Amino acid sequence: MTIETAKRQFPSRIETIAGATAAVIKEAESFGFSGEALDGIDMAVREAVTNAVLHGNKQDATKTVNVIVERNSDSFVVAVQDEGEGFNPSDVPDPTDEQNLLKASGRGMLFMRAFMDEVEWTKHPAGGTIVRMTKRK
Amino acid sequence: MAELNFNERQAGDVTILDMSGKITIGEGSVTLRSAIRRLLEEGKKKILLNLAGVSYVDSSGIGELVSSFTAINKEGGQLKLLNLTQKIRDLLAITKLLTVFDSYDEEETALNSYK
Repeated sequence: MTIETAKRQFPSRIETIAGATAAVIKEAESFGFSGEALDGIDMAVREAVTNAVLHGNKQDATKTVNVIVERNSDSFVVAVQDEGEGFNPSDVPDPTDEQNLLKASGRGMLFMRAFMDEVEWTKHPAGGTIVRMTKRK
Repeated sequence: MAELNFNERQAGDVTILDMSGKITIGEGSVTLRSAIRRLLEEGKKKILLNLAGVSYVDSSGIGELVSSFTAINKEGGQLKLLNLTQKIRDLLAITKLLTVFDSYDEEETALNSYK
């Protein structure tokens, strides 16, 4: 059962990534996360918002990034939605493959998966991609 | 205050950058990129990054470290890391980059490795 939901909108600018992340972290802290778990959420949210700004909305200032936080009884869920064309997560090369190790980018999804308990990408009915990340207490 | 600051020192032919702050998308990554580019232009190709004061690195920052590594290698130089924090060590482990970078806990050992 969802206890509480908060939704925020951010412009698609690199400068807003830190602020969007900080807003979620404040909620995660009040939910009871601290230490490594909180650091992990910080990293995952930062990467999700970065991907939404850069790859989803391609830094188009007319497009926004929605960040939705659901506080359930035993889990904290962060959903980040962009207005991009969408993508298939399985098409994204594995950055830990030998041939990709020296690539300059492509590690954001790896960090999201590493630091959250569940991560799922779906195409939103209204358009864009929504990544839903869950961290359990 | 800038997101990423660094102090530059010379130990023989090795340039040490004592870094502090965050290597993240935007300013932090650009600062690192500019510093490495300038050192290469000055012919300084043996570079030791002291990361003791770096509190946060995101995937863009990791990407910038990799780009620096490849740019320096391309010029026949060497980039090595000093004083990895546990957080950075964890990120390098997750990305399987721990085996790519030479990293050291003691400056003297790091400097000797260039000889």
